[in-house]
Parts: sequence; C-alpha cells; structure tokens
Amino acid sequence: MHELSIITSLFEILEEKAKEKKARRITCVKLQVGALSGAVPELLKTAFDFYKKDTLASQAELDIDEIPLKVKCKKCQHETFKDDFIFVCSNCGSSELKILAGTELLLEKIEMEIE
Amino acid sequence: MKKKEILVLKDLLGSNKMIASEIREELTEKGILTINFLSSPGAGKTSLLEQLAEQFQSQYKMAVIEGDIETERDAERIRAKGIPAWQITTGGACHLEARMVGKLFSEIPSNLDFLFIENIGNLVCPASYDLGEHIRCVLLSSPEGDDKPKKYPKAFTTSDCLVITKSDLVPILPFDIHKAQNEAMEVNPQIKTFVTSAVQGTGIKELTGFFIESLQKLRKQNA
Repeated sequence: MHELSIITSLFEILEEKAKEKKARRITCVKLQVGALSGAVPELLKTAFDFYKKDTLASQAELDIDEIPLKVKCKKCQHETFKDDFIFVCSNCGSSELKILAGTELLLEKIEMEIE
Repeated sequence: MKKKEILVLKDLLGSNKMIASEIREELTEKGILTINFLSSPGAGKTSLLEQLAEQFQSQYKMAVIEGDIETERDAERIRAKGIPAWQITTGGACHLEARMVGKLFSEIPSNLDFLFIENIGNLVCPASYDLGEHIRCVLLSSPEGDDKPKKYPKAFTTSDCLVITKSDLVPILPFDIHKAQNEAMEVNPQIKTFVTSAVQGTGIKELTGFFIESLQKLRKQNA
C-alpha cells in the first residue's frame, strides 16, 4: 500500500500548480496508470479521497486512465498488448521485447476553477 | 469564474527517480557498487547478508543500510559481524524511498566496495522505488512457493537477479527450483538466478563472484 505516498506526491504537484495558476478550486485530476506501474487504481482513488479533505481539491474527482502493457519485439517488430506479463513475443517467440507503454504513473492534467 | 484545464504530464515518482539518479551518480563516481535486496518478510535477506559479510571478510569492504518498519534488530545482527550498518525505521511505511537513503549519505564511508540496502520485507511496494542502486536482487525463499514470480511480476521484472534462498529445505518442500527460475525468466528473460542456502553456505561464492565482477565493471567504466 504505497498508494498514499504516491498521492502525497500528487498533492505536492497539485498545490504548486494551483498556486501558480491562482486556482480557487480543483475540480478534476486525471492520471495515467500503467498495468506495470505497481500502483492499484482503486487504492489510488481511496487514498485520493482520504487526502483531498480540507484541500482545494476537496470536491475533485480522480479520473484514472488505465494503460495496458504494450510491447514491441526487437526481432520481428511485432507489437502487442500483454495482460499476462510474460515477456515472450507471441509472433516469433523471442524474449527480446521493448516496453512501449504500461509503466506510466503520470499526472496528465488538472481541471481547475480560476477567478 | 472560469474553468481551465492544464496539461501537466508529470511522473508521480519523478522526484524519487531524480534523487535516486543523483545517489547512483555519486556512488558510481566513488566506485561503490550498490545492491538493493527485495523480498517478502522472512525470505532470508539478513542471513544472506551475514553470509556475504563472511565471504568478503577482509578482502572487500561492505556496509549495509537496513530498512524495517520497527526495531534495530537487523542492523545489530550485521554489526555483530563487524560490518557498519545503519537502520532506517519507517514507522509503518511499506517501502524505502530514495530520500531516506540520501539522508544517510554523509555517514557512508567513501572507501567502500559494496553498499547493500535491505529493503522492507514486502514483494510489492519496494519494486516501484528506485533507491539509486546499481543492481536489484529479489530473494525468493523455498517455503514461499515457486509460483511467486507471476503473482508479483513487478518485483521480478525490475530485478537484475533472482536469489533463491533456503535451498536446503527444497528436499522436504513442494518447491521446484526450475519452475521458480522459469517463471522468473518468463516475466524477465534477462534475470540471472542464484540458488543459495545460508545454513549450508551453498551458492554464496557464486553470488559474491557476480558482485565482484559487477564491481570491476563499474570501476572500469569509471577509469
């Protein structure tokens, strides 16, 4: 359960951005969470709802875009989505795969109300 | 009142990654090979470190950073072997972060060969935090079962080596070393496997050999 520590880092960025833009309220926060990010979307939401009380984001919604693991074979260039985390090319059997997506843990955008 | 949407695209683990790369850079410059040990509680991280201490003895200088939720116990065990050790007690946090390692930095002697970091016993959260290590080792003890790599893929996909511990218990357990190794290789084809027993002292030489070879590579890179 390191999701609370991730949400703590998220709020550090949110506070900084809200101050910079002179926001009155944060209404929506959008994250990109990869399947191999190590973070669980549901737990991030629980941590967010716990943390947001008494902040500018107290009414904000956390919108999570779950990114599947996508790999590309270095040998045959075959691109595919992996939901089993088995690093073997389903086309040629090579184990030399490059991760294209699925490790992200990103704050994508913030929606805020400005005076 | 107007609504505004701002695009940020910022990595939420970015500040940890930044501190970790600063740590790694400094350790690389000093020629100190740093190894992060990850495992579930009781897999034998401290026992393995005790064995490594004995194996390195007077030839190589090592030190250990111990991570635990509470108590100094592990650091005391390491100090009893004549090895400098620092205990980080997180008071509840399930993983170490780079800034915790960074805080100790001024105390770490610069004439070391190896710095080992024993992470909090947990096969999930520590996998997401780079501590500035050069090598990440995941330990899997035979009583835990050979099916763990696919159950906890992140710990295995992000590790450079798998150390199977408590191999002396394999004869009395339904644990298949090859199955564990194959599962780990399915989620991480580049992972190197070592089979060890701290009780019998087996496999320790192979592991120290790998660390010594990695240390030489690191220093060669510096030269």
